[in-house]
Amino acid sequence: MNIIETKALTKRFGDLIAVNALDLKVKKGEVFGLLGPNGAGKTTIISMLSTILTPSSGSALVSGKDVKNERNSVRKNIGIVFQDPSLDEELTGYENMDFHGRLYGMEKEQRVERIIELLELVDLIDKKDVPVKNYSGGMKRRLEIARGLLHKPKVLFLDEPTLGLDPQTRRYLWEYIQNMNKKDDVTIMLTTHYMEEADELCDRIAIIDHGKIVALDSPKNLKKKNKAETLEDVFIELTGRGIREENADSKESWKQKARSWRRG
Amino acid sequence: MAVYTIWLREMLRFIRDKSRILGTLGMPLFFLVFIGTGLNSAFQGIDLPGGTNYIAFMAPGIVGMVLLFGSVFSGLTVVIDKQFGFMKEILVAPVSRSSIVLGKALGGATTALLQAMILLSFIFIFGVIPFSLNALLLALPLMFLISLGFVNIGVLFASKLDDPHGFQIVMNFFIMPIFFLSGAFFPLDKLPVWLKTLSLLDPLTYGVDGLRYILLGSSASFFGADGIWIDFAVLTGFAAITLLLGAHAFDRMQ
Repeated sequence: MNIIETKALTKRFGDLIAVNALDLKVKKGEVFGLLGPNGAGKTTIISMLSTILTPSSGSALVSGKDVKNERNSVRKNIGIVFQDPSLDEELTGYENMDFHGRLYGMEKEQRVERIIELLELVDLIDKKDVPVKNYSGGMKRRLEIARGLLHKPKVLFLDEPTLGLDPQTRRYLWEYIQNMNKKDDVTIMLTTHYMEEADELCDRIAIIDHGKIVALDSPKNLKKKNKAETLEDVFIELTGRGIREENADSKESWKQKARSWRRG
Repeated sequence: MAVYTIWLREMLRFIRDKSRILGTLGMPLFFLVFIGTGLNSAFQGIDLPGGTNYIAFMAPGIVGMVLLFGSVFSGLTVVIDKQFGFMKEILVAPVSRSSIVLGKALGGATTALLQAMILLSFIFIFGVIPFSLNALLLALPLMFLISLGFVNIGVLFASKLDDPHGFQIVMNFFIMPIFFLSGAFFPLDKLPVWLKTLSLLDPLTYGVDGLRYILLGSSASFFGADGIWIDFAVLTGFAAITLLLGAHAFDRMQ
């Protein structure tokens, strides 16, 4: 069963086509990785699937619900950890969780029980009454992941959740995410720039460039097909060596496109 | 449920932020104590509506000032939520945009109302205006309507602006004329036509007038014995229209 299914999903910002007629199917229970250089369209894809951005054209179903016309049903079924922090720093860890549970309409008893359970799981139970502004970067990230899981979503979107974390914290987080994927049968769609991480974690990987899928397979097959040692070699092979600007203007992105055509 | 949740968060943040409570009360108190006392002695023997002394005449105006400042700047929480990314957490939740705006508006109105109540208790305690429970109970809904309208305007501007400093600058250009034109410092009846016209276009004028009616008696109202009904009607319309405008602006925010 496909829990995410997009058909010709497209997002334009003015002249720039950030996501270009994307057809993508993600199976229930998968850990699915979106890889790609800066500005490739990964965050835009996640933003559309999580109803933050409205697609310019095409369609997408998440957990069987349409992201354009059934926003609230989609929102109930997804959890998301954004690339940038999104906590209320003035509130405590517990209060941030509680706010989330209330917004998602959880009953008090269930809410309290689940908050405690999750805070224990991400090892923040001792810090639950400390204002978030006194948390370290890793603690904030762990709290955001716990929050994203609070309402038992069917799909969890993780947009570069380990950016800027030390290797210990990263390893810890990934172990936790893997466990949860197995135990609660949560489908996970993630983006990351850490290739070895993606290699180890993801069942399948889509490499995105200029808003299009340039390759999609299991990490093993990707390496085999491209006769590469590591996923990073595959990535460089497919997306080129040029350095990307996050907010490349349309002219620049056309130049890049032309370059990648010549290379291909 | 969602409206209550958003409201609850505004309350929590308000209680935590002691500097905000002090900051919004400091200036009005200086106005009341220094300018009020100063002008009170200068204007001895001048005939004011309601036959009160100057400081009692000015006090309802300063309550209006607290409501105005407290309300409009609660829109700042929207800008701060955008800057700290928390707005995304709210926008991706399965709740309607209108309940988010309503929760923000009610939260902002409540905090402004609390600040006005603190000032009002000073006014009663120091005998600027004699205490009356009836007056206080009647003043509450009026003060709530004043705050609600100006919170909505705060949300309206906040939806368009991403930078807290920009918000404060824009708001000062809005707040100051609204405050000065409201008749907080002077009676409207002897004003030149152009100034009186501007004052009558200012929603806060009706707030201050209503407060004077309630706290100082009907003779203190510019609109006379039925003034309170005019004030309530205008403020209700103001709160309703701005709520729609605020919700619309918020809805279009990305």
